Amino acid sequence: MEIPYTVEARPDTGLYNGKLGIWLFLASEVMLFGALFSTYVLLRTGDPNWVTEPMSVPLATLNTMILITSSVTVVLSWASLRLRDFAKFRLYFALTFLLAAGFMVVKAIEYSTEFSHGLYPWTNNYMAVYFTLTGLHGLHVLGGMVVIAYLIGPGAKMWKSEPARFTNRIETTGLYWHFVDLVWIFLFPSLYLL
Amino acid sequence: MSPIEQHPDEAPDLTEEAHEQGHAADEHHHEESFIRKWIFSVDHKVIGIQYGITGLLFLLFGFTLMVIMRWQLAHPGAPVPFIGGLLGQANAPGGIVLPEFYNQLGAMHGTIMVFLGVVPLAVGAFGNYVVPLQIGAPDMAFPRLNMMSYWVYFIGGVVMLTSFFVPGGAANSGWTSYPPLSTVVATQGQTWWLIGMVCLITSSLLGSVNFITTIFQLRAKGMTWMRLPVFVWTQLVTAFLLLLAFPPLEAAGIFQLMDRVAGTSFFSPAGLVVDGRIIEIAGGGTALLWQHLFWFLAHPEVYVLVLPAMGIVAEVIANNTRKPLWGYRSIVFSAVFIGFMSFVVWAHHMFLTGMGTVMNAFFQTTTMIISIPSVIILTALLMSLWGASIRFNTPMLFALAFLPMFGIGGLTGLPLGLSPADIHLHDTYYVIGHFHYVVAPGTIFALFAGIYYWFPKVTGRRLNETLGKIHFFFSLIFINGVFGPMFLQGLAGVSRRLWDGGTTYSHAQGVLHWNAFMSYSAFLLFAAQLPFIFNFFWSIFKGVRVGANPWQATTLEWVATTSPPLGHGNFATVPVVYHGPYEYSVPGRGDDFLPQNVAAQEG
Amino acid sequence: MGGHSPEDIKKETRTYILVFVALAALTVVTVGISYLDLNTGAAVTLAMIIAVAKGSLVALFFMHLISEEKLIYAVLLLTVFFFAVLMFMPAENYLDDVGQRFTMEGVGHPEGGGH
Repeated sequence: MEIPYTVEARPDTGLYNGKLGIWLFLASEVMLFGALFSTYVLLRTGDPNWVTEPMSVPLATLNTMILITSSVTVVLSWASLRLRDFAKFRLYFALTFLLAAGFMVVKAIEYSTEFSHGLYPWTNNYMAVYFTLTGLHGLHVLGGMVVIAYLIGPGAKMWKSEPARFTNRIETTGLYWHFVDLVWIFLFPSLYLL
Repeated sequence: MSPIEQHPDEAPDLTEEAHEQGHAADEHHHEESFIRKWIFSVDHKVIGIQYGITGLLFLLFGFTLMVIMRWQLAHPGAPVPFIGGLLGQANAPGGIVLPEFYNQLGAMHGTIMVFLGVVPLAVGAFGNYVVPLQIGAPDMAFPRLNMMSYWVYFIGGVVMLTSFFVPGGAANSGWTSYPPLSTVVATQGQTWWLIGMVCLITSSLLGSVNFITTIFQLRAKGMTWMRLPVFVWTQLVTAFLLLLAFPPLEAAGIFQLMDRVAGTSFFSPAGLVVDGRIIEIAGGGTALLWQHLFWFLAHPEVYVLVLPAMGIVAEVIANNTRKPLWGYRSIVFSAVFIGFMSFVVWAHHMFLTGMGTVMNAFFQTTTMIISIPSVIILTALLMSLWGASIRFNTPMLFALAFLPMFGIGGLTGLPLGLSPADIHLHDTYYVIGHFHYVVAPGTIFALFAGIYYWFPKVTGRRLNETLGKIHFFFSLIFINGVFGPMFLQGLAGVSRRLWDGGTTYSHAQGVLHWNAFMSYSAFLLFAAQLPFIFNFFWSIFKGVRVGANPWQATTLEWVATTSPPLGHGNFATVPVVYHGPYEYSVPGRGDDFLPQNVAAQEG
Repeated sequence: MGGHSPEDIKKETRTYILVFVALAALTVVTVGISYLDLNTGAAVTLAMIIAVAKGSLVALFFMHLISEEKLIYAVLLLTVFFFAVLMFMPAENYLDDVGQRFTMEGVGHPEGGGH
């Protein structure tokens, strides 16, 4: 007996399993990043000796634009699949991967610049929060890149055998990816602009 | 069904021809290797059994750690008999438990019992095995994710056990791991603890996504919300607690790892003095941050510990009273309300941190409110006994004992939840008595009820009733012997986590004699588990065989499948549900139970 | 999965591009505002308003929350509530602290420049 509702939606919930699953996972991620932001608020408002360090706003703005663009490319890749245009899907999906890689490169440049200025996680709590929050966010970007690489590579075989199920996988991946973008939308002003 | 399942007593025909015919007949059923079938299985029943065996082993190990602690408390400074030599020279030279080792035992006992024992049993084992069967589903929604959840839990367990053998030993800052003790003073074992916790939290998160999706999406036709067994409702609420409450602890664990490994100051204020010197950190952090993040999880965690237990007790009581549960809707709404409230009571663990009266009053109020649904559930279960034809089999005995035991645990929680009383009782043995009553004769008794109840479904054989009753009576007596006197010690002011059990404190002198009493009760409690352990393994091979529904139950796992259930897909025909889960003693029917998948007949 | 016609999907694509332009514009705005010399309260409030606006665009249109199922809304509502509790409770911890905050001079001062 196959597991029902992996592809078609269950009538009373209106959802297929993977969509409910990914939203539940994202709910837990909201709580995870919520705890991180809450910590930042508590530490910053509670410490009269709080210092912030000079950060590269231009680089971070570039990263913000990179992620926003990657959100567009990932949703366009899903739209392409629904129009049954596999080539377009591949193009947009690959672009998403490249943009994500670009984000990580910029982050690597930022980190090494900070290290070269003697700014480490143990320097002060601002740097501690900065490295922990952007580090964890970066790990989520990497995780997304692994999934995207799989789905564009070996995972793409499913388009031939079960196209609807494959399209759903792209949709759930996209939802995860938008969340990664969403977290950065809050991280960026909190860490760099305020 | 394969020829073996159809004719169990005949010698199987293993000729090539028969084998090939079997293959041709059903091309979906291919020979699975031993590894795919039993080690890296994606079948919820196998995974449930894996969680069950692993969880029980960890429970036994955690119990053993406590037995060593209780020896030290009864006879401070005396060598531990029999196994003293095995503890290692660094931990117990000459078999005498060192204070540092005692602290390791304490921290790891708590961690192992909660995160490696009870939750994996209650959720991973019982939840995984029973929920898909009770809702009429072929498996969990995400079988491979389920398999990953188990193995990540397993790895977390290995990490935790390994921590005993690293230099400095295991974590020793309590299961609560408060900084700065855990960040500045604690040895390498604490880092292992944090890594282990990250694994366990990840496992729980993946599992909770699976449970919620399964319960929403895979209910059989006719299985509406108000026809769900109470056990499934409690698992659903528990899954939401795990999903939303665990991530802040994951964040806190990452912060503590950063403090320990990267020298950050998330939890370290400036000017922290250790060993007479101000340590060189940037400062600006606060130990209270850890406490908020830790308890934000750890309070919902205790409802994770108790809700599945209440679910099991509800199932066993309904079945053994031969009448519908009293107040099904109240139980369901109370369980949901408990889940919701459990997120806003956490700082009752922090009454003594100097929060101030507004915060104290807020959390005291929410804590009092959350006691109400617990009482409603307990009352409903008690009312279910009124006018019942009670069958006093072993699962029912454990389920019945749960009621007063959890009652004591709950009632003793009230003075702790009232901040003025908590000033006297915080961090004393009273707290240890309170939470052990809810978890040990509470939840663990309910888990035993579940094992005795569902063993026939899993194995097709029943556990021996005589051994079961011996297990029950002696466990009940001795468990009260271990935890009852703790209230007396706590009221006298004896602090928890003392290696010598309070011998150096004048205010403890009057209650010190209870230490030996409690310890010998604990040793006898350990002995009382031996009939169970023997019964468990003996009955797997030699237990009396029973049919698919030996308890004459109404829920789908008993009435729609075999014992054990079918290997793939669970049900020969997909069940359809016609009514609620506890239609016992329906007037006008011959049998005293009406299965959920049988439509009621006229007249 | 929803049977949307190619025309509907093309219309959605236009929406995505519009949202992208809006997000880019809001990014420029938020960076621009950060160069003004505002007091803390105003700076935080404005930055958060813009971030919430950007986040909402991503959630509503890229993540299709604007036309999602009730169950998803319910899960997210629950999450947002607990998120709010988590965000505000620990900081409010300080509101009526007993005793005085103690800071030590000349101790634990971080390296690197302040601003």
